[in-house]
Amino acid sequence: MNPSGNSCGSIPAASPFAPVAGPIIRSVNDPFHGDLLEVSMGPQHPSTHGVFRMVATLDGELIVKLKPVFGYLHRNHEKIAENTSYLASMPYTDRLDYLCSLSTNWAYAFAAEKLLGQPVPDRAQYLRIILAEMTRLVNHACLVGFLFNDLGTSFTPLLYAFREREKIIDLFESLTGSRMMCNYQRFGGCRVDPTPEWLEAARKLVENFPRFLDEYERMLTGNEIMLARTQGIGRVTPAQAINAGITGPVLRACGVDYDIRKVDAYGFYSRFDFRVPLGDHGDTYDRYMIRILEMRESVKILAQAFRDLPAGPIMDSKAKQRGHRPKAGEAYGRIEGPKGEIGFHLISDGSPNPYRYRVRPPSLINLTLLEDMCLGHTLADSVVILGSIDIVLGEVDR
Amino acid sequence: METVEQIRDRLLARFPAAAVAVVTNPGAAAEHALLLDATHAREIAEFLRDDPVLRLDYCSNVTGIDWPEKEITDTVKTTVADPAGGPAKVVETKTVRVEPGYFEAVYFLYSMAKKHGPVIVRLRTANRTDAVTLPSLTPVWRSCDFQEREIFDLFGIVFTGHPDLRRLLLWDEFVDHPMRKDYVEPDDYEWEPTAHGDVLARAQAHQAAVAAAAAAAPSAAMPVVNPTPSAS
Repeated sequence: MNPSGNSCGSIPAASPFAPVAGPIIRSVNDPFHGDLLEVSMGPQHPSTHGVFRMVATLDGELIVKLKPVFGYLHRNHEKIAENTSYLASMPYTDRLDYLCSLSTNWAYAFAAEKLLGQPVPDRAQYLRIILAEMTRLVNHACLVGFLFNDLGTSFTPLLYAFREREKIIDLFESLTGSRMMCNYQRFGGCRVDPTPEWLEAARKLVENFPRFLDEYERMLTGNEIMLARTQGIGRVTPAQAINAGITGPVLRACGVDYDIRKVDAYGFYSRFDFRVPLGDHGDTYDRYMIRILEMRESVKILAQAFRDLPAGPIMDSKAKQRGHRPKAGEAYGRIEGPKGEIGFHLISDGSPNPYRYRVRPPSLINLTLLEDMCLGHTLADSVVILGSIDIVLGEVDR
Repeated sequence: METVEQIRDRLLARFPAAAVAVVTNPGAAAEHALLLDATHAREIAEFLRDDPVLRLDYCSNVTGIDWPEKEITDTVKTTVADPAGGPAKVVETKTVRVEPGYFEAVYFLYSMAKKHGPVIVRLRTANRTDAVTLPSLTPVWRSCDFQEREIFDLFGIVFTGHPDLRRLLLWDEFVDHPMRKDYVEPDDYEWEPTAHGDVLARAQAHQAAVAAAAAAAPSAAMPVVNPTPSAS
């Protein structure tokens, strides 16, 4: 499976981030060397989520060229949003990333509030942080499950992750009315106030979440197959990642300390005590590990948010509920979504519709380095590398 | 971080031949932008990336915008004295001028090293019809790669110097650019040319040949005639 033996034998048991010895790109010594074969991975391959294609050129089993092909799910979300009012495109933002709709909601509300000059009350800010961090738990737990699914473990890790996700999206359903396409944020606040029972249930769930993580990690983190298949695979250097605009856990796995929650301190993130986990190698294993560590930090943020949640209104008293007509100008609002920087660039000409509505999708831009990550690895590794980038095609294609 | 005006002054001192202007944002966000001319955009971008004070190493978002030509009516009020000696009259003269349209690409630059930003950079094409070319900033920031391809796809701006400028979201045979403001949606999205007409013409030619053969030799068995597509 691993001709050069660059990872299996050299893993120290103590630290998961210890350096991996040996060359990263393996030598080519199979009889097919020199004959190139073009393989179309996807669009209907299950590892490419059904709507994404990787055109890989193979030399024997190793990838020498790989071009991603997009657009199988394109529905021109931006044009639709430019033809409707500001509020009416709010439900469309849920559909961009169906695993973390509440984060995407927040990013759009954030940009629109910037455009409108609309303040948000304290309680709504805390509720947004609570829901965004719960979304992060859902997204990262699912990603870890999917990553193991891509590794060929069908499907215990995914089932366990979905069990936890189910508990969280039950709470989402009772608050927002929807399990996946939650639509909760409004310009100037939130739509409904959670009941004390809901808050208590959410607090208990978050309190129990580290126990699930411990159990999950006991099963997965030191797993021998996992280590052999992910350490040293799909490496990215920090300079490459910064230049390619990679954000989120994929960037932080290379050791670049850049988290918009810390850098911009939007919402009330400056009031929270949390750490930004960083990797060392920028390989698939670090990307997995960063997600686990980020979930633990999210649990910390959530515990503080439940403790400090202020009383008060959830909607600014002067906020308009419909018929927003921001004066001419533009605004770019960005937040740290579970997948990276999710931003909205809105341009107003004073009419009820946005003149220009642009989504900055983290999934699409994180794919910029897909070819570099895969070069020199086997086709089977490309599946794991793609899984570790964490893409959702609703957002890549829009 | 420096203000946009300070950055502009530094750029003008460093690149005296370049045209750099500040585009103000009248909205509540008040994020002003730098407008660069196309010929110097690439070297200015490299300067912004490598400058030790700014270190804008991360290009986050690239937006394409279509500004179609606008008809603007200017009203000039002049006071005309009445030759008959009455009170002076105010005369309004209306002149209609057409402001030419253009495409714009807006780059949001941040610094991961210094943790500041954004510095917003705008580039404009000469018009909307034939000179829709802008220099690509992908060689400076690789994150522009897919975003510039998307703008090429949806707006039709051609980025010169882009390593791999192809359509990103729409299929290669698609002819129009749907994010343009004057894009007209098709009446029927499902319509596509089929071989119907050709097949019918071939079938008719075949039937005529069969009928001619039957008329020439009525007692013979039905001949096999190869349907040959006609030139018409």
